[in-house]
Amino acid sequence: MHIPDGFIDLPTSLAFIAVSAVGVGVALKGAKSELSDKTAPLAGLATVFIFAAQMINFPVAAGTSGHLLGGALAAILIGPWAATLSISIVLILQALLFADGGLTAIGLNVFNLSLVGVWASYAIFLIVKRILPSNKKAIPVAAFIAALIQVPIAASSFVFQYAIGSVATIPVSTVFTAMFSTHVLIGIGEGLITALTISAVLATRSDLVYGYRGQGKKLEIKSSVRSNS
Amino acid sequence: MREFIKNKFLLGGILVSIFVAGFISYYASSSPDGLEKVAEDKGFLDTAKDSANSGSFLADYGVAGIDNERLSVGLSGLIGVIATLSVSLLIFKTLAKKK
Repeated sequence: MHIPDGFIDLPTSLAFIAVSAVGVGVALKGAKSELSDKTAPLAGLATVFIFAAQMINFPVAAGTSGHLLGGALAAILIGPWAATLSISIVLILQALLFADGGLTAIGLNVFNLSLVGVWASYAIFLIVKRILPSNKKAIPVAAFIAALIQVPIAASSFVFQYAIGSVATIPVSTVFTAMFSTHVLIGIGEGLITALTISAVLATRSDLVYGYRGQGKKLEIKSSVRSNS
Repeated sequence: MREFIKNKFLLGGILVSIFVAGFISYYASSSPDGLEKVAEDKGFLDTAKDSANSGSFLADYGVAGIDNERLSVGLSGLIGVIATLSVSLLIFKTLAKKK
């Protein structure tokens, strides 16, 4: 769901660059409290994995594909502040290196996927986690639901931008209906990939899952991780 | 980046990412994504403009000059992995230190 240049007019695009810059600036501050020597490499890995996974478009309906957005996955693995930065890094590199997503549209894309996508996912994850029994098995379920709902929310965020500054004259309601229904389908794929990845990390190193910390066994900070190798 | 060789979890994660970006990417669906499809169906796809760097040597996940599609996509994925890892580690490690 990378918006190319031209869909949204320049003034609106520039306004969203300003809004997104503020959001990323706040996340830079917020991420300091989430990151440690131990979790910084993990945040790097999450970013790389999301970049790689975004290359994989999966078919959702006749002639339509979707790919991972990654907001829920990143927020649950490394925390919402670091996740905001992680998705922003992916989007900026994709626009600069691969011409995937427009250059003037970068603010629109960061807003939809790094700000709205990440924080909507994280809020839904926390709510669902609270409703479900507090055990390890609940985490992938909450992750699935958060990831799924995130996609139509991010799609709606695009429609919001379209309503403000669309270049085309197609009615907003028409675009909304099409965007929402298509992205619910893509959301199922998003939910599956997210839940599977979170399950895999929980099975190997559950202590590394931000959204699972403070539950189950108490964490012991191993002294070995402090050694600067 | 040395911790990525010493730590099994990080090493495994990077290898999976390289496999996905460098190999699996060739098998990705080439159908338009959700937004592109909606734009096409509803009739606003023609408002899209080529990105200013659409002629860059990695544009659209291919390496300019390499005709073998499998190699071209795979190599662009590998370059992307290296670039994302470098940039994100630089940022996250700097933030982790500033306390």
